Amino acid sequence: MTASHAPVPVSPEEARIAGKPRLRRFQQASWDEKLIFELGSPGERGVLVPAADPSLGMPAIPAALRRSDPPALPEMSQQQVLRHYLRLSQENLGADLNIDVGQGTCTMKYSPKVNDQFVRDPRIAALHPLQDEDTVQGVLGIIHGLEQLLKEISGMDRVSLQPGAGSAAIYTNVAMIRAYFAARGELDQRDEVITTIFSHPSNAACAKTAGFKVITLHPDADGYPDIEALRAAVGPRTAALLITNPEDTGIYNPRIEEFVRIVHEAGGLCSYDQANANGVLGITRARDAGFDLCHFNLHKTFSTPHACGGPAAGACAVTEELAPYLPRPTVELDPETGTYRLDDDRPGSVGKMRPFYGVVPNLVRAYAWIMSLGAEGLRAAAETAVLNNNYLLHKVRQIPGVSVPYAAGRPRVEQVRYSWEKLHQDTGLHSEDIGLRAADFGTHYWTSHHPYVVPEPMTLEPTESYTRADLDEYAAILAEIAREAYEDPETVRTAPHRSTIHRVRPEALDDPAVWAVSWRAYRRKVLGEAGR
Amino acid sequence: MTRVGLVVNPVAGLGGRVGLGGTDGPDRARTALSLGARPLAGARAAAALGELAARAGESARDGLLVVTAAGRLGADSVAAAGLTERIVYAAGAGRDTSAADTAATVRAVVAEGVDLLFFAGGDGTARDVLGALGSPGVVPCPVLGVPTGVKMHSAVFAVSPRAAGEVAAAWLARTGGVRLRDAEVMDRDEDALGEGRVTSRLFGWLPVPDVPVRVQQRKTGSTAASPEAVGGIAAEVAERVGEGLLVLGPGSTTRAVAAALGADVSLTGVDALALRPGHPPRIVARDAGEDTLLALGPAWIALSPIGGQGFLLGRGNQQISPRVLRAAGGRERLLVLCTETKLAALGGRPLLLDTGDDALDAELSGHLPVITGRRRTSLYRLAM
Repeated sequence: MTASHAPVPVSPEEARIAGKPRLRRFQQASWDEKLIFELGSPGERGVLVPAADPSLGMPAIPAALRRSDPPALPEMSQQQVLRHYLRLSQENLGADLNIDVGQGTCTMKYSPKVNDQFVRDPRIAALHPLQDEDTVQGVLGIIHGLEQLLKEISGMDRVSLQPGAGSAAIYTNVAMIRAYFAARGELDQRDEVITTIFSHPSNAACAKTAGFKVITLHPDADGYPDIEALRAAVGPRTAALLITNPEDTGIYNPRIEEFVRIVHEAGGLCSYDQANANGVLGITRARDAGFDLCHFNLHKTFSTPHACGGPAAGACAVTEELAPYLPRPTVELDPETGTYRLDDDRPGSVGKMRPFYGVVPNLVRAYAWIMSLGAEGLRAAAETAVLNNNYLLHKVRQIPGVSVPYAAGRPRVEQVRYSWEKLHQDTGLHSEDIGLRAADFGTHYWTSHHPYVVPEPMTLEPTESYTRADLDEYAAILAEIAREAYEDPETVRTAPHRSTIHRVRPEALDDPAVWAVSWRAYRRKVLGEAGR
Repeated sequence: MTRVGLVVNPVAGLGGRVGLGGTDGPDRARTALSLGARPLAGARAAAALGELAARAGESARDGLLVVTAAGRLGADSVAAAGLTERIVYAAGAGRDTSAADTAATVRAVVAEGVDLLFFAGGDGTARDVLGALGSPGVVPCPVLGVPTGVKMHSAVFAVSPRAAGEVAAAWLARTGGVRLRDAEVMDRDEDALGEGRVTSRLFGWLPVPDVPVRVQQRKTGSTAASPEAVGGIAAEVAERVGEGLLVLGPGSTTRAVAAALGADVSLTGVDALALRPGHPPRIVARDAGEDTLLALGPAWIALSPIGGQGFLLGRGNQQISPRVLRAAGGRERLLVLCTETKLAALGGRPLLLDTGDDALDAELSGHLPVITGRRRTSLYRLAM
C-alpha cells in the first residue's frame, strides 16, 4: 500500500463511535477548464436536430418570432461536450460521487438510473409542449396517473403538477388561498399568514410576495411551534397557516391537528409544506390532519433530480373546495372515451404557474419510482429513512462538541438539526468551518437557513438511500474533524485543502454588480467587454 | 445559621430615570439627585432579601443573618425586609459613599464568612466587587447581583430583584441541584461608544449560582443589522405610527431604524421624533428623562431588546418608566423592534421586563408581536 492510499489513522474513541470505517483519501480534480463558450470552433457540430414531424400538428413558428441570425451557441462535437462536462463533474462534490447525507432539508436521495431510460425514450424525449392533445395521450395519461397516486398519498381531492417545486409550489398554494378569500369577498379582511421560524423561509417569502403580512411563531422549550403564540396570533385577520411538519429540526409536531383546528376556528386555511415528507410517506397524510392544501417537492420525496432553479417539479394538492383555483390547464379524463384533454377553461384558476403542463421528465421519473415501489415500498422507504436518521443520530451525538437541541433523548423523523455550539465555545471554530473541512473528505453538509435559531447548526438527512457503511463513514468523518478541531484547529480553520477552489467569497453571490449567470453577463461584468 | 452578605451601592441607577445613563462618580450622582432622581437601590435590595426570606419559610427566617454595612450601604435594606443584620463596616458620617466603601464592605463581609454575597448595583458596582474579591477560583463565596444599575451588561445579575431572592433561596437550600458558574463581569466600552458602537469589555468573572432564565446572560456586542432588515422595520414603524410622536429607546437597532427614517439619534439615550408621512422626522427631544417623556403627551414607544440578554425594559432605558409606559397607553402603544437574527440568538429565552412595577410587568407579559421587517412580525414571549 502506498502512502497516498494509506488509511487515515482513527483514534480508539472514533473507532468505538464509528465502527472503524476507513476514511477515504479524497482529492478533488483540478482542470484548467475553459467555459464551454470558449471551446469548439465555427462550423463544428455534434448532433443534427431533426425537424418536427408534420403529423404531430405543431404550429409553425410565426415569422415575427424567428431569429434573423443564428444563436451564438458553442459549436463542438459530442465528444468535446462529454469531456468538458466530465471534467467539470470532477471539480464538484457531485451527488453520484458522495454521501449526500449533509444536504439537510434539501433532501438528496438516490434517483434510480433505470428511470432515466423512460425519460430518454423518444416517446418522452421528442415530445413538444405545443403538440395536439391527441398526439400526447400517453404522457397525459402518466400525468393523470401520477395525480391519482399523489391524491392517495396526500388524501386530498385534486392535484396539479404544473408548478415548479419549492417556492413555486408554495407560491401556487398561497395564490390559491388568496383567490379563495377574494372569491368570498374576505381578502381585505384576511391579510395575515402565520408560519414558523423552522418552516422553510419560502413560506414567509411567498406569503409576502402574494401581498400578505407574515407572522412568525418561534419554538417552545421542546422545539415545537409555540401553540400559545399561535393562539395569540390567530384572529379575524388570519388567512392561513403555512407550516412544515416535521420541521427542519426533524421534530414532528404531535399537536398538528390542534394547530389546524385553531386556525380553522378563526376562519383561516391550513397549508402543509411537505418538503420533509420523506419520513412520513405512507404513514401520515395531510388531509387526515385536516389540511386544506399541501405540496410535495418531487425531487425531495419522489426521487427526481434536484432543482436549483432548473427542472424542478412540484405537486400541489387541495381539497374539493379549493379545486376551482388550481392552476390551468388541468388534465381531465373522459371516462367514456378513455381519452385525456387539457382543460384551459377554468375561470376561477390562479392561472399558469409554469408554461404548458409542467416538467414532464421529472413527472415521468416520479411516476416510475412510485409504481416500482408500490404502497408497501413507499412506506418501507420512509421507515428506512427514519431508521437511517436515528442510527446516524445515535452516532453523531457521541462526537465531542456536538449537541442535539430540543426533545432530549427522543428519536427524530428523517433529519436532525445538530449544534456545534460546544465545539465553537471550546475552539472558536464555526459550523461553516467544519463543513468546509468535510469537503476534504469528499463530502459536505449544510448548516441551516437563516436566522440560526440553533446555534452553529448542522443539518443531516440520510434518507433511505444510504447503507450502514455509508453512515458509519459519514459519522467517522465528522468525528475525525471534531478531533482535529480540538487538537489542530488551524487545519479546520483553513480548510478546504483538497478542493479545486478554496473559500468562495459569499458577498459576490449577493452583489448583482458582480454575479454572472450567463455568458453574456460574464463578458460584460467580469471581462469588462462593453456593449453586451 | 445561614449567613448572607449584602452590600448596596446607594447611588446605582440614579441616572436612569433622568436620562443620565450610568452613575459612575459622585458628580453624576449629585446631578441626578438635583434633577429629581430618587434612589432605588436600597428598596430593590430589600425586595431581593424579602423574596429570599419568603422562600426560606418562617422557621428559617430566624436562622438567617445578613452581614452588611451600616445605613444605606445595606442595613437600611435589611431592616426594610424585617431581617436580622450584623454590621461589619460603617462609612464615614456626612459624606458621599464611594467605590471604596463598596470594596471595604465586601472585604469585611467575606472576612466574617458568608454562604452568599448579594450586591445591589450595576456594572460599576460589579467591577468594584470583583476588585475587592480577586480572581475566580480564589473568590471565597458565591456572588449574586441584585440589578439596580442602568447599563447592566454583566452576567452576574439576576434578571430582577425577586429573581435574585429566588436564586439565592435555591442555592442556599442546597436541594435544587444549583451549580456555580463563572459569570462575566462586563462594562460598557466607552472607546467603542465614541465610535458609535455599543459593546462591552470583559473585566473578569465571579462565581454565580446558575439558574437558567433567572440569572441574566451577558450583553452581546452590537452587530450591524442588514440594511434590508432595518429598512423594512423602519418602513413598518412609519406606517404604524403615521402622524404622531415616536419615542425611541437606546441601542444600535433603534438608532439604525431612526437613520432609515432620516433622523440621527443618540446611541445610548432616549429620543423622541415627530413623524409625519411624506416629511422627514423632526427630533423633539434628545436624551430625554422621565419628566420630559411625560410632558410629551401620547406617543408610540419603540424599543429593541438588549442582544444576548433579551432585556426589553429596565436596563439602560429606565427613563421609559412605568409612569411613561402607562401614560403612553401600555401594551397597545409599545413597538418592539428586533431583527430575526437577534431574536433567534436568544435561544428561545423570553424578552425580559424589570420596570420595578410588578403589575405593569405582568400586564406586558405574554406573547407580543415583534416587528422584524416590513409586514413581518414574530410572536414572541415577554416575561418578568
